[in-house]
Amino acid sequence: MAPAVLIENLQKRYGSVEAVKDVSLHIESGEIFGLLGPNGAGKTTTIRCLCTLAEPDAGKIEVSGISVTENPKLARQHLGYVAQEIALDKVLTGRELLELQASLYHLPRSLAKERIEIVLDQLGLQDYSDQKIGTYSGGLKKRLDLAAGLLHQPQVLVLDEPTVGLDIESRYTVWSFLRQIREAGTTVLITSHYLEEIDMLADQVAIIDQGRVIASGTPSQLKDKVGGDRITLRIREFTPNDEAERAKSLLESVPAVQEVIINSAQGNSLNLVVSAQSDALSTVQRALQDAGLPTFGIAQSRPSLDDVYLAATGRTLLDADLAAAATRDEKAERKKQMR
Amino acid sequence: MSTTVTSSQLSEKATGQLAPTSNLIADFLQETIALTRRLFIQLQRRPSTLAAGIIQPLMWLILFGALFQNAPEGLFGSGINYGRFIGAGIIVFTAFGGALNAGLPVMFDREFGFLNRLLVAPLVSRYSIVMASAIFITTLSLIQTVAIVVMSAFLGAGLPNASGLALVTFIVLLLVLGVTALSLGLAFSLPGHIELIAVIFVTNLPLLFASTALVPLAFMPTWLQWVASLNPLSYAIEPIRYVYLHNDWSLGSVVMQAPFGEVTLGAALLVLVGFCAVALLSIQPRLRRAFA
Repeated sequence: MAPAVLIENLQKRYGSVEAVKDVSLHIESGEIFGLLGPNGAGKTTTIRCLCTLAEPDAGKIEVSGISVTENPKLARQHLGYVAQEIALDKVLTGRELLELQASLYHLPRSLAKERIEIVLDQLGLQDYSDQKIGTYSGGLKKRLDLAAGLLHQPQVLVLDEPTVGLDIESRYTVWSFLRQIREAGTTVLITSHYLEEIDMLADQVAIIDQGRVIASGTPSQLKDKVGGDRITLRIREFTPNDEAERAKSLLESVPAVQEVIINSAQGNSLNLVVSAQSDALSTVQRALQDAGLPTFGIAQSRPSLDDVYLAATGRTLLDADLAAAATRDEKAERKKQMR
Repeated sequence: MSTTVTSSQLSEKATGQLAPTSNLIADFLQETIALTRRLFIQLQRRPSTLAAGIIQPLMWLILFGALFQNAPEGLFGSGINYGRFIGAGIIVFTAFGGALNAGLPVMFDREFGFLNRLLVAPLVSRYSIVMASAIFITTLSLIQTVAIVVMSAFLGAGLPNASGLALVTFIVLLLVLGVTALSLGLAFSLPGHIELIAVIFVTNLPLLFASTALVPLAFMPTWLQWVASLNPLSYAIEPIRYVYLHNDWSLGSVVMQAPFGEVTLGAALLVLVGFCAVALLSIQPRLRRAFA
């Protein structure tokens, strides 16, 4: 059976910007697939190509074996897309929007009515369905947007950053909803730059950076692959460069320490990879003490997906996000988003 | 969030989804009607645009009529006052202005991302988006036209006969269709609504003044006569004006004395049909690219 989504060697450039350089994804039916990466990594562009909103420059994209470039209309029937920006018509009521959506997917009237009731129930929107969308809170709008994406019961539901800007309660609602539709057999492709979200939800993960997939697998596979435990260490709140370098060379000679990275974006804090043994923390602390270096803060943790990203790129997701935000050009963004 | 998805929904999914799009025409109608319905719901809940769209031409009628009330008798043609003269101009100017703005809602849909919702849907043809706008704008223009015709009848301009009214409707439809097409083409070409509003701004009034809406050709200096007699608006205004003044009109009636010769009513209609066709054809490549 064909995979739910197959992307092979996707390339897409906007002007001089290579938004996607080489992305390949293989998404099996019925799984939640997380696409993780900092802003500007190419997640949204990949999704726009998948959902026929942008034409790939090169590569193959298939949904349940249907090529989205050769047979876009058929592919669209199998896809549900919930964009990052919530684009609803504030003058319509929730129900009217769903009715419009049903007609755009050519559902017969009676079936549309039935499905609208189902999705309203599923997302707890019954009480609000006849109110104008303009009166909805952010969380309600997102839920309505999800309901609209699911109305035609697509085989693949694509969600671009579904929880950005949501309060924690709405986030839980979205998460439990996604698990629910996975139970019902729907494949979910979700992008996020929240590590915990992907870690918790996704069956499979691809980490994408600067237009390329840099790691993929199940979250625990990825974390196991980077190995060891993590220690985040701050000599001072803002450590001077020379002191950080000194601590680095000192700690590199400690046997339990495998790797030391100076994180300049976080006030020269030190990210250590240590062998997964219980006394690593105290060994490090002792080494610092012996060398007469203070400790402002120190914490040990199991590797996270951020460490997977850090190991592959040498920077944390947060730093990459900040760097990407600094280089964003409003005009170029608008050009990408608008059709 | 408590309902779980049942297995019956799943089986329905398996069968319903792969069903062939059996009836393309029915599907096209369904999507067009749904998109049109949205525009009318918006209008119904925000009626101020419609109210303003009716009040504005009526104010033009009254104000322009009053401005030239004391013009010498016969200045605008034998035995007619300015109030009778201006009606045709206001009808065409109003329809033109409305159609020129047709692209704005589409532009806002682009900017807010609502258009993406339509573009990811398996529409039979994305021309249903264009079609919905055209139906909406022509309906509005016809409502405005009716208001102007009724008001100018009250102000003493009289009424064309039934066939004359049918001709007025036909002309308004042609003009609105052509201009709506151009406006939608712009809405898909320009980067944002600021730019679209700027284009509307520099197009609207100059085209009005460079037409026969406010004064007859004979009033104008020769260069402006040339401009006005090349302006499509004049080809909509003059036939309407003619049927207002003559109940015995025919396609051969001369409606305009252009610098290059006489223009008959039939010729004016041909020009409008041509304008409409050129407008529709000229936006095809742009729409195809936007909809690719």
